[in-house]
Amino acid sequence: MAFTLYALIQTAILFTNAIAVLHEERFLSKIGWGAEQGIGGFGDEPGIKAQLLNLIRSVRTVMRVPLIAVNSVCIVLLLLFG
Amino acid sequence: MEYPNQSGSRQRKLQPNVRMRGTPVDPSDPSLLFDDTSAGGNKPEHGGVGKGPDVYPGQALLSDPMSNLAMAYGSSLASHGKEMMDKNLDRFIPISKLKYYFAVDTVYVGKKLGLLVFPYMHDNWEVSYQQDTPVAPRFDINAPDLYIPVMGFITYILVAGLALGTQNRFSPEILGIQASSALVWLIIEVLAVLLSLYLVTVNTDLTTIDLVAFSGYKYVGMIVGVIAGLLFGRMGYYLSLLWCCVSIFVFTIRTLRLKILSEAAAEGRLVRGAKNQLRMYLTMAIAAAQPIFMYWLTFHLVR
Repeated sequence: MAFTLYALIQTAILFTNAIAVLHEERFLSKIGWGAEQGIGGFGDEPGIKAQLLNLIRSVRTVMRVPLIAVNSVCIVLLLLFG
Repeated sequence: MEYPNQSGSRQRKLQPNVRMRGTPVDPSDPSLLFDDTSAGGNKPEHGGVGKGPDVYPGQALLSDPMSNLAMAYGSSLASHGKEMMDKNLDRFIPISKLKYYFAVDTVYVGKKLGLLVFPYMHDNWEVSYQQDTPVAPRFDINAPDLYIPVMGFITYILVAGLALGTQNRFSPEILGIQASSALVWLIIEVLAVLLSLYLVTVNTDLTTIDLVAFSGYKYVGMIVGVIAGLLFGRMGYYLSLLWCCVSIFVFTIRTLRLKILSEAAAEGRLVRGAKNQLRMYLTMAIAAAQPIFMYWLTFHLVR
């Protein structure tokens, strides 16, 4: 299977977009993956679910603005070059 | 210019037979690309960039004050640009950390290659430390390095080109496609390992570069498999690939066990508990991914 670097970049952008569109109150809280449910006990080490929820929340917070820029660039490039 | 005087004044050990004495170039060593990372090594200083033109035979050019000024300005600009580039580059790619991974010598490479295909006799897998910093790979066979993975990657590309050429499927673009494909799989694997290490909250001192190094060791097995496949046909390919897969599996487990598992579990004592069990599964999953990648990246090369 011949992967190219371009395919990797595309995959990364699509994955990050997919994580960024998960809405906090409309969706994540409804299925029990909200931010407040992730924080378990403080003494214990966080389990996998807590780490995953933490990761989703941090990706959403951090990548929101850069994704706007990257998506705009992608839209312009795809419009121009197909 | 008397060279013995200059070397004495710079307090550097005279290196006897390697330097070309007759050339009228700056006596500080321009051919050492890396700092000498051997213990107690002598650090050759960067000679001034502008010292070179002093030795030109055209003395008339230098007597002109304008050109002197221009030369001094140009040399200061060049050194300023160089240090600015160094500073900025160091922010993105930690150059000094990378140098540690390339501080290898022939004995280390030979022993490590032997260890990669036959890890069954080696007993002490711990990385030795020297006052909190890991010892350079030159002195410790268990330390990860980047030389073997980089060389292995390049050799894998060349061997893939050779294998495809013997089947008349070669074209120059194929080399680029193979290279980017293998690189992408490497990146995916390193990201997957990083993600799983984050999810399992392992407190380990494995850096990203260490993971790249460990993932790059499988190229050695792939090269052995493909070459055996070229020489002895499919049966040779399968047998040697099986051998290399098993040895990479054992090598990865034994190396990562000490880094990921807790102390007690790493010594072999059975420690019950969900956390250690999870970490053991993680180590085995990482080790099992290596043979899968090895087969995936080479099976289309051998017909």
